[in-house]
Amino acid sequence: MIAGFAELLERLAFTPQRKRKLAHLVQFFATRPDPERGLALAALTGDLELRSVTPSMLREMVRARVDADLFAISYDFVGDLAETIALIWPGQGAESDATLPDLVAELQVTKKADLPARIATRLDQMRPTERHAYLKLATGGLRVGVSARLARQALAEFGAIDLAEVEEIWHGLTPPYTALFAWAEGGEKPVSAARAPFRPVMLSTPTDLDALRPLDPKTCIAEWKWDGIRVQAVAEAGTRKLYSRTGDDISAAFPDIIAAMEFEGALDGELLVRRGDQVAPFNDLQTRLGRKTVSRKMLDSHPAALRLYDVLLWDGADLRDQPLSRRRAVLERATARLDPARMDLSPLLPFDDWDALAALRADPPEAVIEGLMIKHRDSPYLAGRIKGHWFKWKRDPMLVDAVLLYAQRGHGKRSGYYSDFTFGLWDGDQLVPVGKAYFGFTDAELRDLDRFVRNNTVDRYGPVRAVAPTRVVEVAFEGLNRSTRHKSGVAMRFPRISRLRDDKPASQADRLDTLRALLP
Amino acid sequence: MQTDAPLIPRPEGLYCPEGDFHIDPVRPVARALITHGHADHARAGHGAVMATRQTLDIMALRYGADFAASRQIADGPTRINGVTVAFHPAGHVLGSAQIALATRGQRITITGDYTRTPNAACAQWQPVPCDILVTEATFALPVFRHPDPMEEIAKLLASVRAFPDRAHLVGAYALGKAQRVIMLLRAAGYDAPIYIHGALQKLCDYHIAEGIALGDLRPATVARGRKGDFAGAIILAPPSAFAATWAQRFPDPVIAFASGWMQVRARARQRGVELPLVISDHVDWPQLTQTITELDPAETWVTHGREDAILRWCALTGRAARPLALVGYEDEPE
Repeated sequence: MIAGFAELLERLAFTPQRKRKLAHLVQFFATRPDPERGLALAALTGDLELRSVTPSMLREMVRARVDADLFAISYDFVGDLAETIALIWPGQGAESDATLPDLVAELQVTKKADLPARIATRLDQMRPTERHAYLKLATGGLRVGVSARLARQALAEFGAIDLAEVEEIWHGLTPPYTALFAWAEGGEKPVSAARAPFRPVMLSTPTDLDALRPLDPKTCIAEWKWDGIRVQAVAEAGTRKLYSRTGDDISAAFPDIIAAMEFEGALDGELLVRRGDQVAPFNDLQTRLGRKTVSRKMLDSHPAALRLYDVLLWDGADLRDQPLSRRRAVLERATARLDPARMDLSPLLPFDDWDALAALRADPPEAVIEGLMIKHRDSPYLAGRIKGHWFKWKRDPMLVDAVLLYAQRGHGKRSGYYSDFTFGLWDGDQLVPVGKAYFGFTDAELRDLDRFVRNNTVDRYGPVRAVAPTRVVEVAFEGLNRSTRHKSGVAMRFPRISRLRDDKPASQADRLDTLRALLP
Repeated sequence: MQTDAPLIPRPEGLYCPEGDFHIDPVRPVARALITHGHADHARAGHGAVMATRQTLDIMALRYGADFAASRQIADGPTRINGVTVAFHPAGHVLGSAQIALATRGQRITITGDYTRTPNAACAQWQPVPCDILVTEATFALPVFRHPDPMEEIAKLLASVRAFPDRAHLVGAYALGKAQRVIMLLRAAGYDAPIYIHGALQKLCDYHIAEGIALGDLRPATVARGRKGDFAGAIILAPPSAFAATWAQRFPDPVIAFASGWMQVRARARQRGVELPLVISDHVDWPQLTQTITELDPAETWVTHGREDAILRWCALTGRAARPLALVGYEDEPE
């Protein structure tokens, strides 16, 4: 029955915590049969191919049943088309006996001209929550705060299998993923039929100078950690694919990279926007992401390039068991054959001891460097975040002293506490909001901040409280982007409250200009 | 509106010139008729107040016995100047009433806040035939079709079973909603103790004294309670308590809220509600349109709430209707 899927969507929509969303998904997978659970998974990962049901088609349908003014007044209040239709559709319906597989099959095979009548009949037979789930399914935008990766992670947790292994075979499988669920329940691991499939990426663990000291510098290589996105470029038997590090296929957005993949193998690297030798800020790359097609103009103004770190497969040989030093030698020979405008090597940094490396880290040659990567020369290429082989030593975070402006209550363990803070910097004699942070502080500091908010509230906007602009906090962040969406013109990456600066009066907090000067 | 109209909207509230009284005035007046005890309808400081015995009791509980200079229990049809007034059950909260006026051959029913859904915590709504229906419109949009409240209670109990380690905090207004939720839980066979926030105590005690069997209620205000104490328990509190430090004592609570607004997702999420319970003490759209259809008044006047849609519906069905646009009433008062 569709009721089970509707209940799942309802729970996910009202559950803010990631861990609880996972628990709801795992429970759904454990209690619903094939192919229903697989189709639900596909709906969440965006892998369900349905005939497109457009908002205008839905509006047309509802116009035939409900007075246009009454609908408009209601839509204005509810704010979501599918929800408004689910609630306003005439008749209370009954619990539908149509199953998710029935409905999916119907949406796949019904001719476009017949869809409105089919959908209307279905809506007549459903209750409002079921209508809502059905309409969300049909229009393809579930928007319940579950990413494709989170949905796959739930499957991995359900089957106590490795997420990396799920991601490796994902692109070769199709809904309703019956073989995948059979594997999760103790059966055989399915064989991926995909050509040029994704292989799980090797990740690093954080380190610092103290943790590095016991290591022999001669056993390691070091390279810059570039601020792009980590990708895998796979070319096998005429098929070329570019994957994000979570296995999402992003080939369509990067035809320039795909065209330059004149090799047979799988390479690991950083995707950047690069103009000649000049690596552009992360912002430039962001404008290329998430596109279905890219214009000629965009390809010229924002040319993408790969900076290569590693090689997994080359000319039919799987090199993942080989030591890094051997793979690096293969990678260096391989790169020499490729178009240097699109693919170049991530250079190795010369250093004799850790203090020398610390000096390099303190003064990177380019702003788009996030820190250092340190890798054991004999490390194999392993799936996931395995300790003891690869380390990231990030640049020290950037810091500003900002003034607390607004606060909002948290969820779950933090319900009842004001734990989500908006802070601002001085622009002339005005405080301009520059970011939001909801972690970084200790439990004791949270209680302190919570008390401060309660005692210093000057205004309320729904759940948001404005506080007297008197409290200064140190905000740490990893990087800065230009932003047209924020009034301040800048957007911080991973901002958190690193220290309470009660020694500073608000007038001595930093200025917006100081922050803007840090832009790459 | 003409000056000889039987009722006139004024800044103080709805005024009846013939009887020289206001209904649910929001500012102090000489003579007030009060439909029910919610704070935005029943204010302190009037000269003379007429209401049901239970509404007068509730006002005294809230404001002290001297909340008005004189108090009169509405008991059968009563003449006030040239107007005959009578109170009839509204089904909204304990003591709630519709007020029927008869003047110059016209019958007017002022619904106050009302619901037609049975409510074990108060007397059931009754139809009161009239020439002019003066109705509330809190949930007057065709998207509001409130489900059977027992289904909503079943959702709450299912969540309690699914998360036995978490406390379930249910937001419910102190007068009416809290007792309604408790009675629904009891009707669903839940006989464990129910914990209540201190702000609910007086009104729960009053309901019990009036013969509403709320069962085992215990204070949720344990001074030195450990966090595990409330695992698996149901705790009722006014929604404002969730923003207070009071909520910090409970183990990883599930935040629920019993309100008609919970039918709209954005409303529930905006309040940080994890478990929305669509339980309303007002008429929903089908009940409102059914009431107008059944009573078939010559005119329908809309006091407060969302009037656009019901005025449109009246136009579509060929009924005379007008907005009164009374101000000062909250959507769902505390």
